[in-house]
Amino acid sequence: MSVTVRVPAQLRTLTGGVAEVSLEGSTVEEVLKALEVAHCGFTDRLFDDDGGLRRFVNLFLDDEDVRFLHALSTPVTDGQTLSIVPAVAGG
Amino acid sequence: MSYVTALRCRECAREYPAEALHVCDHCFGPLEVVYDYEAVSANLSRSQIAVGPQTIWRYGPLLPVSDPAPIDLGTGLTPLVRADRLAAELGLGELWVKNDTANPTGSFKDRVVSVALTKAREPGFKVAACASTGNLANSMAAHAARAGMVSVVFIPKDLERAKVVSTAVYGGHVVAVEGTYDNVNRLCAELASEHPAWAFVNVNLRTYYAEGSKTLAFEVAEQLGWQAPDHVVVPVASGSQLTKVARGFRELYEVGLLEEEPHVRISGAQAAGCAPVATAFAEGADAIRPVQPDTIAKSLAIGDPADGWYALHKVRSSGGAFAVASDDEIVRAIRLLARTEGIFAETAGGVTVAALVKLAAEGVIRQDERVVVYVTGHGLKTVEALVSLRPTATIAPSLDAFEAAVDVDGDLHRGDR
Repeated sequence: MSVTVRVPAQLRTLTGGVAEVSLEGSTVEEVLKALEVAHCGFTDRLFDDDGGLRRFVNLFLDDEDVRFLHALSTPVTDGQTLSIVPAVAGG
Repeated sequence: MSYVTALRCRECAREYPAEALHVCDHCFGPLEVVYDYEAVSANLSRSQIAVGPQTIWRYGPLLPVSDPAPIDLGTGLTPLVRADRLAAELGLGELWVKNDTANPTGSFKDRVVSVALTKAREPGFKVAACASTGNLANSMAAHAARAGMVSVVFIPKDLERAKVVSTAVYGGHVVAVEGTYDNVNRLCAELASEHPAWAFVNVNLRTYYAEGSKTLAFEVAEQLGWQAPDHVVVPVASGSQLTKVARGFRELYEVGLLEEEPHVRISGAQAAGCAPVATAFAEGADAIRPVQPDTIAKSLAIGDPADGWYALHKVRSSGGAFAVASDDEIVRAIRLLARTEGIFAETAGGVTVAALVKLAAEGVIRQDERVVVYVTGHGLKTVEALVSLRPTATIAPSLDAFEAAVDVDGDLHRGDR
C-alpha cells in the first residue's frame, strides 16, 4: 500500500524541508516505521520513552483522527494520506 | 518594556526565544511564556494599576507584549456583579458573576485577541487568521479591522447566524468549513505550516493569545479589593481559559500583588454533548479521549481540547470538580441567570451557570465560600437556543384586553420577580 505522509513544519528538518513523503505499509504503525527508515529521527519525535504516541501529536488518516479508528493498528489503503498534525491549536 | 525572558515547553521544559512559536519543536508540547517576576514585582504596584488604562492593558507588565499602543477596542474591566438573588436560589453565600459579556464584541475573546494581534504586529504579520467556534471569529475580525490587517476566519459551517453576521460585518474573509470545530482546527494547524507569514492567533500565536485570559483572574482579584476568591467556575472548551485563570491568580502572588498565597478551587463546566475533560475527571482517568460534539453550546464544542489535560489536572489539584449540562439544563440556566441577575448569557454561559447549580446542589461549592462564576459570552449571539420565547401576551390595543391578559399583581403577590 502506498500512502502519502504529510509532515508538519516542525518536523521538516528531518525530511530536508519536504512536506510530503510517499511510503509503503499496511497499517499506520507500519507506515510510521517506514518513515523512520526513510528519514531517521521521527520515532524519537512522535513517540515518548514508553513507546506511546506523544500526548500532543495527532494523526489523521484522510479526514479521520486515528483515535476514532484503531489508533496505530488502523489499516491503510492505497492512495490514502496520513497527516501528522501538532495537537496544540485552537480554543 | 516587556518582562518576557523566554518561551518554555510545558512538557519537556526546553526553552525558546520569544518569537511566534507555539509548540515545542522537539515534543510538540505547548509553549508557555516565562516572565522575570522579580523585575515585574519591582515595577508594578496596586497604585500604578489603579491609575492605568481602564482595560486589560492596565496589567501590561504581566502580558507578553510591550507595545505602548496595543490593538485595543476597550477590552476588559468588565463588571464583577454581586449575585445575591441567584445565590439565594442556590443556597449559596457570597456569589459574584464576572460579566464578560460586556466586552466590545460580547465575549472574553477580546482579551486574547487584543494580546495576540498586538504581538503579531511586532514582527510585522499582515494577515490575521483563526479557527473559531464563533466568539473568536467576531473578535478577531473586529480587531483585525481596527489594526488594518487582512483577516481570514475559519468557522464550522453550522455556526449560529448571529456569529456569522457579526464576523462578516467587519469585511474580512469568513470561510465556513464542512465539519466540526475539530475539523476546522486541524485545517488551520496544517495551513499554519504552509503560511508561516500569517498570524493564526490560536495556532502559531497561541502561546501569546492564551496569556490574555489571565486578565480574567487579575480583574477579579482587583475588583475584590486585591483578594482571591475561594472558588471559581469556568467553562471548558480547549481548557486554555481555565488553566490561565489559575495561572493569573498565582502570578499576582508571585509579583506581590496578592499578599497571601491564593488557594482558589477551580471547577470546570462542560456541555454534556461535548464533555471529554469532565468525563476523564469523573472516570479518574489521566488521558482525555476525544469526542464528536453534539450540543447547543457551540462555543464549547471542542471534542479534542488542546489544553484539556492541563485543565483536568488543575481542577483536580485545586480541589475543584467538573459538572456537565444537557441542552435543556443550558437553556434553563440561561433563563435563571437572566431572571435573577439581569444578565443574558450565551449558551456557554448557560453551561457555566448550570454547572454552578449542580455543584452547589452537590455541596461541592460550599455556602462559606466566596464564589465567582465566569460568564464569558453574550446571549444575543445564540438566540436560536431560546426560540420558544415569545411575548407573554399579544393583545388588542385596549385597556380591557391588557387587564384580561396580564396579571402583574399576581406576580407581585407571588414575590417571584
